[in-house]
Amino acid sequence: MQTISITIIVNGKAISLRCAANQTLLDVLRDELGLTGAKDGCGGEGECGACTVIMNGKAVNSCMVFAGQADGANIETIEGLARGEELHPLQKAFIDAGAIQCGFCTPGAIMSAKALLDQNTSPTEEEIKEALSGNLCRCTGYKKMIEAIKIAARGGSANDR
Amino acid sequence: MLNPHPGLPEFTYVKPASLDEACSFLAEHAGEARLISGGTDLLVRMRDKAYKPAYIVDIKGLDGTDVLTFDPKSGLKVGAAVPMNRMASHPDVQKYYPLLAKAANSVASYQIRNRATIVGNICNASPAGDTLGACLVLGGRLHIYGTDGERFEDLVNFFKGPGKTTLRPGEIVTAVSFPLPEKGAKGAYIKLGRNKLSDLAIVGVTAYGFPDKKTESGFRFIVALASVAATPLMPPAVETILAEKKITEETIAEAATAAMDACSPIDDVRGSATYRKDMVRNLTRNAISDVWGQLQS
Repeated sequence: MQTISITIIVNGKAISLRCAANQTLLDVLRDELGLTGAKDGCGGEGECGACTVIMNGKAVNSCMVFAGQADGANIETIEGLARGEELHPLQKAFIDAGAIQCGFCTPGAIMSAKALLDQNTSPTEEEIKEALSGNLCRCTGYKKMIEAIKIAARGGSANDR
Repeated sequence: MLNPHPGLPEFTYVKPASLDEACSFLAEHAGEARLISGGTDLLVRMRDKAYKPAYIVDIKGLDGTDVLTFDPKSGLKVGAAVPMNRMASHPDVQKYYPLLAKAANSVASYQIRNRATIVGNICNASPAGDTLGACLVLGGRLHIYGTDGERFEDLVNFFKGPGKTTLRPGEIVTAVSFPLPEKGAKGAYIKLGRNKLSDLAIVGVTAYGFPDKKTESGFRFIVALASVAATPLMPPAVETILAEKKITEETIAEAATAAMDACSPIDDVRGSATYRKDMVRNLTRNAISDVWGQLQS
């Protein structure tokens, strides 16, 4: 089996490691770095979006990126959002809006939302739906997620919606 | 095991420093090397064991392939490494090639489109490829680089069957370019999937029309059909009917029936051949009517 050396910047920290060529970015994050926020929900088909991370500013399915393709990339994962005990506004808004039940899809959905808000601070509902189009949720549904993203975009809380 | 999908087969990852190096490697390892750009299709096929390449050759961003250029005189050139979202959100693409943006935006999900490329969609040569119809009706031309240098090929001649193209070992498509759209041209893409997002087309109909003084009807229409034959189909009968007869509801219905007669779909998990034929007729009628409405407004 071929192993390759890659360097990725994960949540602001440069990390060099050796991994198998046939590992994906998701495998590297979960199995090599212990960052288990991003999930494998569909078996690596790019269907469910639970593995979504931000790569060079864009939301991507980390199950569909070979480790070698991520070499040199800047990766943001759900683990990088909170500042100590202080949750990121999107994390807080998801809780406030009741946009979480089982939580399996939540890291992916939040990273899709973050990629959107990083580019567009006041998205329309259509733009929010578009950004979430690759994130499947089987228990909470999408209305509360959309609401949460609107709350985060306003920088407010659920009470002043 | 919870995960029903197999892992990725083993391979050697190759990252060439130039297109020349990539072409030489691909030529030397014909049949056992596959190139990767966005990888959104390749990874799925490798997990399904449809492809077991010994080598994966990563060409993302080589020698300016990540460049998109627009010139108001010569048109648009989209490099092989330009992700669909970047192309579809480009102001010149939205202004001059809205059909291309619409087709790209109908592919899978937003995250996929941050990695997937239009050239990749073309080279996979799936009859269901969402962007192929728009690329065909807009007169797409491929820039192909190989060990013998660069050549060009009109997209209309490129597809030879599902997954089969005229590409020779060691050749890489570096870009697709489009002439300026015809004056006053309008387009429509109607995709029928099992769900609104994320699915492959059961049937996809692209219609493109523009005023043309040389035809009897005063207009020219081109229709491209996806998922209804071994390659994307552009039935000449549809063009002839809409060029020779005054455009009315009846003429459009006649053209739609001609589209249905021209296609030879298969039964598969997404739909039966009979259903597909009916949908080709109905959606072709809708797509042409849509373009006709836009042309008159």
